[in-house]
Amino acid sequence: MDWFPLLLSLRVAALATLITTIVGVAGGYALARVRFPGRGLVEAVASLPIVLPPTVLGYYLLVAIGRNSPIGRAWEAVFGQQLVFTWQAAVVAASVASLPYCLRTATAAIGAVDVGYEEAARVAGLHGGRLAFTVVLPLAGRGIVAGISLAFARALGDFGTTIMVAGNIPGRTQTMPIAVYDRVQAFDYATAGALSAVLAGVAIAVLLLVRRLERSAL
Amino acid sequence: MSLAVDVRATIGEFRLDARFALPEGLTVLFGPSGAGKTRLLRLVAGLDAPAEGRIGLGPTVFADTAAGTALAPHRRRIGMVFQEPYLLPHRTVAGNVALAASGAGRAERRERAEELLARVDAAALAARRPSELSGGQRQRVALARALAGQPRLLLLDEPFGALDVPVRRQLRALVRSLVDEAGVPTVFVTHDPAELAALADQVLLAADGDVSVVTDTATALARLDDPVDGAGA
Repeated sequence: MDWFPLLLSLRVAALATLITTIVGVAGGYALARVRFPGRGLVEAVASLPIVLPPTVLGYYLLVAIGRNSPIGRAWEAVFGQQLVFTWQAAVVAASVASLPYCLRTATAAIGAVDVGYEEAARVAGLHGGRLAFTVVLPLAGRGIVAGISLAFARALGDFGTTIMVAGNIPGRTQTMPIAVYDRVQAFDYATAGALSAVLAGVAIAVLLLVRRLERSAL
Repeated sequence: MSLAVDVRATIGEFRLDARFALPEGLTVLFGPSGAGKTRLLRLVAGLDAPAEGRIGLGPTVFADTAAGTALAPHRRRIGMVFQEPYLLPHRTVAGNVALAASGAGRAERRERAEELLARVDAAALAARRPSELSGGQRQRVALARALAGQPRLLLLDEPFGALDVPVRRQLRALVRSLVDEAGVPTVFVTHDPAELAALADQVLLAADGDVSVVTDTATALARLDDPVDGAGA
């Protein structure tokens, strides 16, 4: 069995989850705690990847990071090659597709933290990053970890968005879900079944983890 | 150093008008529920902003709407105990106190936390989690935390409101001795006449959002007995 798709998927999902965690938790903090104009709009736009068909999301991403886009040109200027149809483009796709899961969960978890803890800590001399990292984020920790887990599962399983911007290049951009599709197209059901079982196992493990975290949060 | 307050604030339907200057010592802020006691403490701590006026402690200006200045809560060096202890559940008791402690290094802050816990008779609790403590123990720890940052002012907002009478009595005595040792001006909020009688060096009366009368314990208790002029029982 060719392990490349699994290793690529894990690498892509891990990087995407890292990006999602940073953007999602920082964004969730801002959405939950800072009042700014256009807050509702930001929340709606960030949630779009949940409701848009993955291929549509992929199409917009293709436009946004393609060779003629400012991002695509900047990437090419720095790295000497185009961004689309590379494994890095798969990371972009997985990040955007999974962001709302982390962002929404983090926003809810941070919003549910009793402001009394924060106020007590501020009077006690804490502020800025120290306040966030020692008080607010640990209190919202379980919800945030649940959100990160969901984002990881979403990133690992992305098909439509990834295939639009990274394509299906065996040994280069072919992730697990795309490999499953590819194997079925070639009537190689045995390999497709093995790959599917691995993905399903990871998904179930993540669900169990999230469930456990959500229960212990009560 | 004395706390001088001259502020107006509107919170929803509620109007607070406070004008007073407190001498040193322990001032009991006394009045019925809804009189504006907690509102006032929040303004002094910087958790809410006044609509208009000035709050100062000695030479330090906490807030001055005319000058457009407001010192952030973490820079006011206030020790505060709330009705709820608000101890962080993911830290030990010592860790909670150390977080608020002044001091350069981690070890120094930890040492100061241990000292303060011993002072409030909670040294044995240092390694426990807040969830393992009784209500009275939690407020002892909250007192230690309030003192940890070497405050210039102590604000205690009905800290023992949820506790049993015998525990309240013990903690009252502890507060009295801590305030005498620390030598910082202290405002202790209560609507309990027994607490007033036991603690007050002077009394600041709150009634219907008006906080301006500074008086002595006997006068405050007498007003309480007078149904016409009283602040309400």
